[in-house]
Amino acid sequence: MSQLTPLIDHFNYFTTIFLMVAGLYIVIARGNMIKKLVGLGLFQTSVYLLYLTPGKIVEGTAPIIDPRFQVYSNPLPHVLILTAIVVGVATLALGLALVVRISEEYGTIEEDEIFARGEDE
Amino acid sequence: MITSLTPETLALLATVIPLVAAVLIPLFARHPNLRETVTLTSAGLLAWVVWSLLGPVLAGARPELIGVEIVPGIALAYRVEPLGLLYALVASTLWIVNSIYSIGYMRGNNEPRQTSFYVCFAVAIASAIAIAFSKNLVTMFLAYEALTLSTYPLVTHKATDDARKSGRTYLLLLIGTSMMLFLPAIILTSVLAGTSDFTSGGILDGRATPLVLGVLLALFVFGIGKAAVMPVHFWLPAAMVAPTPVSALLHAVAVVKAGVFSILKIVVYIFGIETLREAGTANWLVWLAGFTIIVASLIALRQNNLKKRLAYSTVSQLSYVVLGAAILTPISVVGAAVHIAGHACAKITLFFAAGAIYTAAHKTEISELDGIGHKMPWTMTAFTIGALAMIGLPPTAGFLGKWFMLSGAFETSQWLPVAIIVASTILNALYFLPIVHRAFFRSPDHVPLDPDEMPLGAASVGAAAVRPHAHDGGRKDVDGDGDGDTHDHDHGEAPFPIVLALSITAAMTLALFFYPEVPLSLANAMIGR
Amino acid sequence: MIRLSEHLPIIQVLVPLFGAILTAFARRGTTAWAIAATASVLAPFVSAAMLWTVFETGRPISYVMGSWAAPWGIEYRVDLLNGFVLLLVSVIGVATISYARKSVAAEIDAHKQAWFYTMYLLCLTGLLGIAVTGDAFNAFVFLEVSSLATYVLIGLGRHRRALLAAYQYLIMGTIGATFYIIGVGLLYVVTGTLNFADLADRLGPAMDTQARPILAALAFMTVGICLKLALFPLHAWLPNAYAYAPSFATAFLAGTATKVAVYLLMRIFFSVFAIAIPASALPVTEVIVILSVAAMFIASFSAIFEENAKRMLAYSSVAQIGYITLGIGLANQLGLSASLIHVFNHALMKTALFFALGAIVYRTGLVNISQLSGIGRRMPLTIAAFVVAGLGIIGVPGTAGFISKWYLAMAAIDKGWWWMVFLIVASSLLAVVYVGKFIEVAYFREPGPDVAEAHEPPISMLLPLLALAFATVYFGIDTRLTTSVAEAAASALLGGAR
Repeated sequence: MSQLTPLIDHFNYFTTIFLMVAGLYIVIARGNMIKKLVGLGLFQTSVYLLYLTPGKIVEGTAPIIDPRFQVYSNPLPHVLILTAIVVGVATLALGLALVVRISEEYGTIEEDEIFARGEDE
Repeated sequence: MITSLTPETLALLATVIPLVAAVLIPLFARHPNLRETVTLTSAGLLAWVVWSLLGPVLAGARPELIGVEIVPGIALAYRVEPLGLLYALVASTLWIVNSIYSIGYMRGNNEPRQTSFYVCFAVAIASAIAIAFSKNLVTMFLAYEALTLSTYPLVTHKATDDARKSGRTYLLLLIGTSMMLFLPAIILTSVLAGTSDFTSGGILDGRATPLVLGVLLALFVFGIGKAAVMPVHFWLPAAMVAPTPVSALLHAVAVVKAGVFSILKIVVYIFGIETLREAGTANWLVWLAGFTIIVASLIALRQNNLKKRLAYSTVSQLSYVVLGAAILTPISVVGAAVHIAGHACAKITLFFAAGAIYTAAHKTEISELDGIGHKMPWTMTAFTIGALAMIGLPPTAGFLGKWFMLSGAFETSQWLPVAIIVASTILNALYFLPIVHRAFFRSPDHVPLDPDEMPLGAASVGAAAVRPHAHDGGRKDVDGDGDGDTHDHDHGEAPFPIVLALSITAAMTLALFFYPEVPLSLANAMIGR
Repeated sequence: MIRLSEHLPIIQVLVPLFGAILTAFARRGTTAWAIAATASVLAPFVSAAMLWTVFETGRPISYVMGSWAAPWGIEYRVDLLNGFVLLLVSVIGVATISYARKSVAAEIDAHKQAWFYTMYLLCLTGLLGIAVTGDAFNAFVFLEVSSLATYVLIGLGRHRRALLAAYQYLIMGTIGATFYIIGVGLLYVVTGTLNFADLADRLGPAMDTQARPILAALAFMTVGICLKLALFPLHAWLPNAYAYAPSFATAFLAGTATKVAVYLLMRIFFSVFAIAIPASALPVTEVIVILSVAAMFIASFSAIFEENAKRMLAYSSVAQIGYITLGIGLANQLGLSASLIHVFNHALMKTALFFALGAIVYRTGLVNISQLSGIGRRMPLTIAAFVVAGLGIIGVPGTAGFISKWYLAMAAIDKGWWWMVFLIVASSLLAVVYVGKFIEVAYFREPGPDVAEAHEPPISMLLPLLALAFATVYFGIDTRLTTSVAEAAASALLGGAR
């Protein structure tokens, strides 16, 4: 049981690492452009977790000064990650828009099919 | 008026004049006569300016110009010292003659793109002057690369596949060696010595081990590809595809002399003769120069194309200057300096003659020259004088340089250089005298009467490419210089400007033997005597 | 009454940002261009004023956002280093914007032009923002602002492969930015701060107890930024992106985007990590030196065998970035100076080269070298400028490129690496081959039918091109501005280090 303690204590971090690696793997291994973007999304999401985890302190509250509370959680990571989520959404939207355009132009969103056409203009 | 100009101003003017010419020439692109006037005027002005520097420099003045600092501690700067002035005198004086010749040649052969030709030429001369007057290695390097780049369009002037290929060799070999070896050597020197200024007695004394000195010397000698020391000589024969005036001034005088001049200047002012001799790690240079002299002569012996033979002869003769530097005695260094001047006049004469033969008779191969001396007596007489100078016989300028080098070698009992000089003299005679013999003592019976009926295959490929132009335009009296009367059924002398130019240089070759004061006094001033 | 001069750092970013909002409402391309031009022209005055102030007073300008004092609030901090980068980016911005009008009008559909300028201004905002900010997370946000705008700029290229190039760059760029932000996150967890200066102070003590996350952060940030600056072998996105983007976008990005990433790398390495942790902790600089040398050679070879002129120059950029990162890898005073000088010089030269290609595309629509035979006789000034800038890339003395190489060689010698000098000069020799290849075709072949109608581009395109070509020569001879600022900035960077 004691061996499992670090695992449980750092559960969030392990999840982070898993999501990170899984996302990156999808980006690299998949040829479908939509799936690549899904992987990219996962990869970015893992970072949100990385930031948010240390921001929460056990028994800490929202940082509103009140004599009843002594321990506050750090609000900054949440603010940062709000920004990062906006960036991530924008990236995803732009990526999807590009895929739509590629699909219009090439009639496919599989990378290998596009490269197989071997355009040499 | 002369007195109102300080030597410093003169030194500056010497670069500015050709550059101004380079700007003015394209403005008169549509008026060939005006354009050529610009070239000739600036050539005259330049020569006058450079000669005006002679008095002050011999009197001990060393005019300096310091420009902007481009890297810490190293500024673009000029310092006119005797050796540089000697080279500048040679280049600027021969530019006048060569301009006269170019005008005759370019018009006579109806070459295309003449404007850009004259522009590049002017820039090349400006670069050559800048090399001559450079105060430090960085300035010299800058001018050296400018010279390569400005002559590259001249080499590829004909725009044939052949010319492009040669152009590639030219550019890659010259830029390549200078970037790979010359530049590191400069960096190394400035780190070791803390300066890169040319200084009497050198700047490396006691600052480097003999081994480092030897390596550094090798970097310089091979890095200065323009000196055409084997095995970095390939560009020179390749560059012979250029029009003859280019080969004449640039590949007998400005460019190649820039190479050997740089080596000489570096040996004298960067290493110092004494330092190198004490180090003892410079002896390989004698072997290398000797090897180049002999092998290039042997190759020249086998060339049938006249310009190629002259090119290999140049490779061989350039190494005389390197040899003179390598003997490492004051007198041999004087010999090397004098040889720069003597060989310049003689080789330019030979190239002028080759160009004259091509213009008048459209011949490029030595085997076609039987009896040509009777049709072109002026040209071939000048050629003979040039050939004698190459061999080093009195009364020509070639004798002096060899004499001093031999004296230097004898003085220090270095028998290897003596043997090399003697052997090469014989070889020189072997490849030049047959041409003279053919020209004057063989009957021209198997030469076709009309040069245009000659089968094309017999002529060189390069000549074939421009032959149709030459036939149309060359016959006309384009420039009004009186060459319209030179053709009946057979050819005679080349157009007047060409003959005039080669006669002048031949005369200079002789005059240098009888009146060697100017080069000698400058060379002596260089080593501080 | 507020004094404008106190707010210069934020004005630097706000002007293009507001410009971007305005252009988004513009309907016509010309209106959008006018707004973009106004914003771009203002930028160098702002950055020059800041650089001048920093140079004169010798102290960095610090600007606190919304009066939240640093390290809690976001601090904008301008010292010599980023003042220099700001000036460079904004000057390139001015040069490209005057070039843009005709080029964009020819290459972008009329109804998209206003959007195109919006994206340009957002990109400029992002790049200036990365340079001006003193906050690691803020830098990430600006990085993404500029990157997202860049993807759009590239995707607007005429050829449909531009879309693919933009998509690939989007994937790679996002991975790079995310790597960077992972590194920032790790540092934040360890130190609780995001301010560069504050990070530098706190990392040292933290190193004793928590070395592993700090080193991991260094590795993540290095890889992330190197992806953005296209260090070999993370450069795969660059050639296609440059080749298929509209001419204007290529010229602008080549001169600015990678340069700003280089700045960020320097900032992270020297202002943050070098102060805090011993260099031996992780062999980052050694790896960078090796990769830089590989870039100098392999990318140059790729350039030699490249038939598309824009891709050729793109590979050349990868090689030249190798010189820049080599200076960083050498990590001494001269090396950093060399890097900074080359950042500046390369931006001038490469922008000029892409301008020239853009002018050729404008007149002929051709980018393949073999089709451009004899173009030098049809567009003499354009190709002459190309030659001058090309000589700069080679590093011929008398051009700006020579100065960079000189400093780099000196830096190598200073480190005792003599052999490196030969590698540096040998790789510049490869540049002779690919620049020479273009020149030979352009000048020494008879003009082909493809270029028969070509002539000089409009004056609004020609002038910036000639100005940059002139600058290439000017900064090769009068080096006072570049070297003095770069040396002072390098000392400042290393001054913090032991």
